[in-house]
Amino acid sequence: MDNAILLALLQDGLTTGAIYLLLAVGLLIAFSVTRAIFIPQGDLVSFAALTLASMIGRHIPGTIWLLDSLCAAALALSLARGRLNAVIPYGLAPAVLTIATLAATRYGAPTAVSAVLSLGIVTALGPLLYRFAYEPLGEASVLALLIVSMALHFVLIGIALYCFGAEGVSTPALTDASFDIGSVTVSGQSLFVGLVCLAMVGALRWFSVRTLYGKALRAAASDRLGARLIGVDHVLSGRTAFALASFAAAVSGLLIAPITPLSYDTGFEIGLKGFVAAVIGGLASYPLAAAGALIVGTIESFSGFWASEYRNIIVFSLLIPVLIWLSLTRGNPEDRA
Amino acid sequence: MAGLATTLLLRQYDTNRAAGAKVWGTDMRMIRVFGTAAVLAGLLTTAASAQIKIGAIISITGPTAALGVGYKSAFATFPAEIGGKSVTYIVRDDAADASQAVTIAQRMIEEDHVDAIIGPTLTSADYAVQPIANAAKVPMIATAPIDYDPVKDPYTFSAVQPVALMIGAVVGDMAKRGVKTVAYIGYSDGFGDQVYDALQASAAKSGIEVVANERYARTDTSAEAQVLKAMTKKPDAVMIGGSGTPGALPDVALHRRGYKGLIYGNHGMVSPAFLRVGGAQVEGTIAVTGPVVVYDQLPDSNQSRAPSVVFMKALIEKVGPDAVSPFAGYSEDAFLLLQAAIPEALKTAQPGTEAFRVALRDSLEKTHDLVGTHGVYSMSPTNHNGMDDRARVLVQAVDGKWKLIQ
Repeated sequence: MDNAILLALLQDGLTTGAIYLLLAVGLLIAFSVTRAIFIPQGDLVSFAALTLASMIGRHIPGTIWLLDSLCAAALALSLARGRLNAVIPYGLAPAVLTIATLAATRYGAPTAVSAVLSLGIVTALGPLLYRFAYEPLGEASVLALLIVSMALHFVLIGIALYCFGAEGVSTPALTDASFDIGSVTVSGQSLFVGLVCLAMVGALRWFSVRTLYGKALRAAASDRLGARLIGVDHVLSGRTAFALASFAAAVSGLLIAPITPLSYDTGFEIGLKGFVAAVIGGLASYPLAAAGALIVGTIESFSGFWASEYRNIIVFSLLIPVLIWLSLTRGNPEDRA
Repeated sequence: MAGLATTLLLRQYDTNRAAGAKVWGTDMRMIRVFGTAAVLAGLLTTAASAQIKIGAIISITGPTAALGVGYKSAFATFPAEIGGKSVTYIVRDDAADASQAVTIAQRMIEEDHVDAIIGPTLTSADYAVQPIANAAKVPMIATAPIDYDPVKDPYTFSAVQPVALMIGAVVGDMAKRGVKTVAYIGYSDGFGDQVYDALQASAAKSGIEVVANERYARTDTSAEAQVLKAMTKKPDAVMIGGSGTPGALPDVALHRRGYKGLIYGNHGMVSPAFLRVGGAQVEGTIAVTGPVVVYDQLPDSNQSRAPSVVFMKALIEKVGPDAVSPFAGYSEDAFLLLQAAIPEALKTAQPGTEAFRVALRDSLEKTHDLVGTHGVYSMSPTNHNGMDDRARVLVQAVDGKWKLIQ
């Protein structure tokens, strides 16, 4: 194996690693605030790509109707309880988004506009899923929430199949440019993935350190009861965490769609690899999870070269030593929760 | 009328059972009433007009849904009558799960009393369902490639070209173009193995060396590493053993890496969706498929032209232009086989009886030169597929279309 191949593999591994990184960070935010492992995040990766692809193909994406019906249900429940100000988030906002999406689909908006709309639709789904699937459970155990996540995954996969059909899609690449650096060719798309990933991580850092909402979120993550006592709205922090997680999923979906064909069920496995990365971070540490994501991506790439048949086995087997290490060093996780 | 009554009663019984009604407990009286009614209705049905029931087991959801949708779409074009008898099609989804396919097959045989089964559409499900169909003497026309011994399993038929036949055509083209070495990049599952085994067997005969065997999973996001590995062997050609849109993954990566050799695909890749996903980056890929896929380009000399054009026109009218796929053609051919065999079987027995199914099997086995959309079927007691060179054409991706190579 010469250097050119080594660098090419590394580039491939880091590109997919960057995608896993976004997902791992999203999972971590959702888990630390709500104790729910947001498995369906992977499905939202597919949702984003399929929404964009169907808008480009001038078909109205089914996700917009899903969003509208969830919003309508939420609006009805809020109004029944006399909360009139719910009209803006659950009535007005989705109406504007729906009209914009229909117009963009009808008149063939530029890809960038459609991408922003897809991002909006899929991000908005996150808090709504939390509202209906997790919130009613209140302080349920991690295991119960995990079971809900699995159920939600199957529901979403069914909806995706119904809305978008079974065929895979890919979206046009943002750039066909590639740069020759020494002996290796860096594709513009992988560079773009890396830059977006860095920008996202930077923005999240800024959000959680500098803004009031971010601080509230961190407070809720470090001590939920304490945060509630000092007046942090736990419902709002849960929904914000899920909005961030689904935003990360949507961005990943749009980044990866030009590189690989995505179909209604491929997002799940991408999400699982993000989960492996988050577990490497002990479901607690952002830097470790980020490192884990890049490791998963790189190992995936190199095992694809040396033992392609066992690639996924190797990646998922990574969990075993990590779990042994965590259980030896951390003690009983129930004590910490 | 009586048939409808039976169906309703059975459905009622099913609902009761599903809801957990105590069959041997408090509801004995209900059961007795239903039972008597069902028996009476059953008698009336056989006496009045026996209708033909054809079951179909298709993977409409699950990992192979993209293929399953094609298989299913063909059923929209099937007539409601064969040989003067009305036909009911019972289409069920096995979610690409062999154990579900078995459950469905059992129900079809024991509760619906089907006269024949089309499918399953998945090789593993075919293997699982085959013993049940043979034990119950229900002719089954598999719509996925399987290897079996018709003498041992006389009720199994297949409407799909054997993988070796298809890959043989690809290897033939390689030999013609002077290819000496070929690298293989395929799925890390049963399908990938099937294509690889066929490639190796066929290549050995033509003096072509298979220099790499790289695998990827259907849900993988990148096949870059496998492509790099294969390219280190500097092969004259690369053969891809994927299917549907994920089949485009290595093809696109090869183009991106500037691979200059020939790229070959198998018959699982030839679909409009493959080209839509791959775009300009699958240009030039050569693949093998059944004639039905390029129905509008076939020369008049091709026997499958007429049935393909008729079928595809009907399909596009009913389902839409995206329905053009080899998979719809397999369902159609399975149907054509049954349509040709049923009148003969009707001479000896009534549908719904074992005698009819035995006669149908015998009649299927006598199929001779039946022209389908995928080729010409000629069966014998030792060959329950009977397809030959006429069942394969080579196509090339040119300007976003599959073009027939004459």
